[in-house]
Amino acid sequence: MEAIDRSKFLRHTTKDIKEREALTVNPAKTCQPIGAMYAALGLHGCLPHSHGSQGCCSYHRSTLTRHYREPVMAATSSFTEGASVFGGQANLIQAIDNIFTIYDPDVIAVHTTCLSETIGDDIPQIISKADAEGKIPKGKVVFHTNTPSYVGSHVTGFSNMTRSMVDYFARATGANMEQVNIIPGWVEPSDMEEIKRLTGLMGVRTVMFPDTSGILNGPQTGRFNMYPKGGVSMEELKSTGDSIGTIALGPAASSAAAHALDTRCKVPFDLLDLPIGLLATDRFIDAFRRMTGATVPGTIDTERGQLLDIITDMHQHLYNKKVALAGDPDQLVGLCEFLASIDMWPVHVVTGTPGKAFEKRIMEITKDSPYRVNVKAMGDMYLLHQWMKNDPVDLLIGNTYLKYIARDEDVPFIRHGFPILDRVGHSYFPTVGYRGAMILLEKILGALMDRQDRDADAKNIELVM
Amino acid sequence: MEISLLKERERQVYTKGEKPFEMDCEKKSLAGAISQRACVFCGSRVVLYPIADALHLVHGPIGCAAYTWDIRGSLSSGPQLHRLSFSTDLTETDVIYGGEKKLYAALMELIDLHSPKAAFVYSTCIVGIIGDDVEAVCKRVSAEKGIPVLPVHSEGFKGTKKDGYRAACHALFNLTGRGDLAGITRHSINILGEFNIGGEAWIIKDYYERMGVQVVSVMTGDGRVGEIEKAHGAALNVVQCSGSMTYLAKLMEERYGIPWIRVSYFGIEDVSSALYEVAGHFSDAPSIMERTKAMVKEEVERICPGIREYRRDLAGKRAALYVGGAFKAFSLIKALRHLGMNVILAGSQTGTREDYAVLKELCDEGTVIVDDANPIELSKYVIEKDADLFIGGVKERPIAYKLGIGFCDHNHERKTPLAGFIGMLNFAKEVHGTVMSPVWRLTPRRAVGTKDG
Repeated sequence: MEAIDRSKFLRHTTKDIKEREALTVNPAKTCQPIGAMYAALGLHGCLPHSHGSQGCCSYHRSTLTRHYREPVMAATSSFTEGASVFGGQANLIQAIDNIFTIYDPDVIAVHTTCLSETIGDDIPQIISKADAEGKIPKGKVVFHTNTPSYVGSHVTGFSNMTRSMVDYFARATGANMEQVNIIPGWVEPSDMEEIKRLTGLMGVRTVMFPDTSGILNGPQTGRFNMYPKGGVSMEELKSTGDSIGTIALGPAASSAAAHALDTRCKVPFDLLDLPIGLLATDRFIDAFRRMTGATVPGTIDTERGQLLDIITDMHQHLYNKKVALAGDPDQLVGLCEFLASIDMWPVHVVTGTPGKAFEKRIMEITKDSPYRVNVKAMGDMYLLHQWMKNDPVDLLIGNTYLKYIARDEDVPFIRHGFPILDRVGHSYFPTVGYRGAMILLEKILGALMDRQDRDADAKNIELVM
Repeated sequence: MEISLLKERERQVYTKGEKPFEMDCEKKSLAGAISQRACVFCGSRVVLYPIADALHLVHGPIGCAAYTWDIRGSLSSGPQLHRLSFSTDLTETDVIYGGEKKLYAALMELIDLHSPKAAFVYSTCIVGIIGDDVEAVCKRVSAEKGIPVLPVHSEGFKGTKKDGYRAACHALFNLTGRGDLAGITRHSINILGEFNIGGEAWIIKDYYERMGVQVVSVMTGDGRVGEIEKAHGAALNVVQCSGSMTYLAKLMEERYGIPWIRVSYFGIEDVSSALYEVAGHFSDAPSIMERTKAMVKEEVERICPGIREYRRDLAGKRAALYVGGAFKAFSLIKALRHLGMNVILAGSQTGTREDYAVLKELCDEGTVIVDDANPIELSKYVIEKDADLFIGGVKERPIAYKLGIGFCDHNHERKTPLAGFIGMLNFAKEVHGTVMSPVWRLTPRRAVGTKDG
């Protein structure tokens, strides 16, 4: 056995890598329901509802609260032993009744849990029964998605809830809405705002769903609003069936909803990567332009040029830097492509979300890399750490849980993804679009150059870099 | 929007001075409630996880392990195994065919790799439904590896967080009675219900050592399996955080005849009486009491000037508190009084009828007392009563901040130790830092939360 270095926090991580099958250590994912809850928060006037034990709801709310530092409201069916034997119907009907009576949302978005999935609750049937019993006030809506926690990951849950928004509400009425649907994928409220700003600059009406901007990055107002101003409205959501097309960003999170819209309402879609970095943003702008016939205004060209300008100015600092990343597939594809385009190379990449397509895609993006690349879907942070011990990197990118690895291996670290529990900014500063890429690049350069300054000895310290 | 109480909740809220005192509590939350409570698994996990040289394996889908991964700053002076996240990460096939094989393989692998002193296996909801025989797997691994492997029956839906505490107590109880008692004196205690958040157990342990009282084990802060195995040798169990560990104290009293007392280490009054009570228990050694008196005097003198400073600014400010166990609320009320502050709301997630009776006695007229409150109720009362400070946990913080009210985390996200004498000074500083912050002069006047439009 290797000697344990007691100065290290993660002293239990071995350099020697053994194939593990029965076990996840330090996960790079979590379970479906929290993704469904996050997506549901992007609906105006919606109260997410967790159909399961009390703990699930409490955990999801706590995690989202820590990440956004905002109140996160959601209700639970509070399963008991009785419910787990006889089914959760009585709990859900009572919950619907109580929620409309006391919290008065416009919409309740029910998602399931491992518990209610395994006992086999039929949610649509329960919702119908609640409706028949008059528990759903006129003009109010209850809908659901299935999120078995033992399938996929939190990203799957987000995707399922987004798809259910289409299944329940999108309608093709034949009206020509002259609008484009944008399914933003699992990104931050700041990113959703930035995408809306870009499409706004191109002067075309869009419906974004889900849309958590304004809900999870709201201002201090001196008031506690259960249902803040943001979010896609039910009317808008219904109208998505009459849009001229859909731009779906991030296959893992958005393709299911885009396909559903196409199948149900014959709304054609373009499935793109998240617009992280210059190339992916180019593709996004171009797809939007082609779909709508809009012209790209000078402002957007200028932003692109500014991004390119920073990369030009600083490319020597980026040259052949090695990066390790953990996160969600859509985010990682975007980040890795951006890094590769600026001459930084992802060498270790893990996501906890299953899917072989992801591994293939990362290998494709890094095919010109001067380094050997490790990539794993259904990997974990323990494995990432082991890889880093065997092949050290210059930069680490991922959620807060990587901070211990960064500390132990003494590697510059940029927080990106979910959850971020120890820094602010992600809900306000985007990383999508050209401006988002500038913010990202500023962070990367800051981390690398701070390190260079820290490590420079007295005779080598540089003023101008 | 008029804020009303759910009819079923009316008996879980009481305003002192109004109508005769009667309170419902220890109820499951209503279905549909935005409860601040968690589940059985959560209760077990938080109690056991500070044991740093044990393996903590969560048997279930990934979420349960992910959400409880290192979210409490329970510090260890040695191994850090407890701050990693181990999960069997059950998937669909496991749910269909059972997870026993996977559990066995995971345990074997992890024990080989990390050589823990014991292993805890937490059952989650799904395990209770698919019917894995966790007990049998644990027995088998224990026999093969020669360490205690303890099942924790913490299926989320089988009760409340309190039932999770009980399940954890059972697991701890199973560890006791195994160790060699050589070297344990007559003047010895176990510290129960102290989780070493921000290093609090170290502060408390230091007091006892200075008093001449031997600490056999701390359950579970900076805990070690070897110490817990010897816990039955202690002469007294000193129980803090009564909600979680009283049950273990009772079990140990029954089996080993160890008496127990309930204490709090929070606030000058309560920490002093805790130490005196322990010293008084060892009346055959008067030197312990002498040393305790001298120590308390010294500690109090050390912090008093600082407290006085903070009190000057804080006197007359209004505080609301909503905590996990009611016993903590008692201490907080006294401590806030020490700072000259008035408590306008006191509530808990898990208080008992007796707890609320005590709480009522402690509170002033007009104080609102709540059990298992939801965010709307909480915001209603803090606004109506014009609070300057809210004391609560992770989910209450952003609500307080949105309303424009200072906040202090007295739950597991506190970073500075709030226990002991020095803890009282830290607490005063933290309260001062938030209540007196100039940011409240920049925020709009607090208004009742309403629905838009």
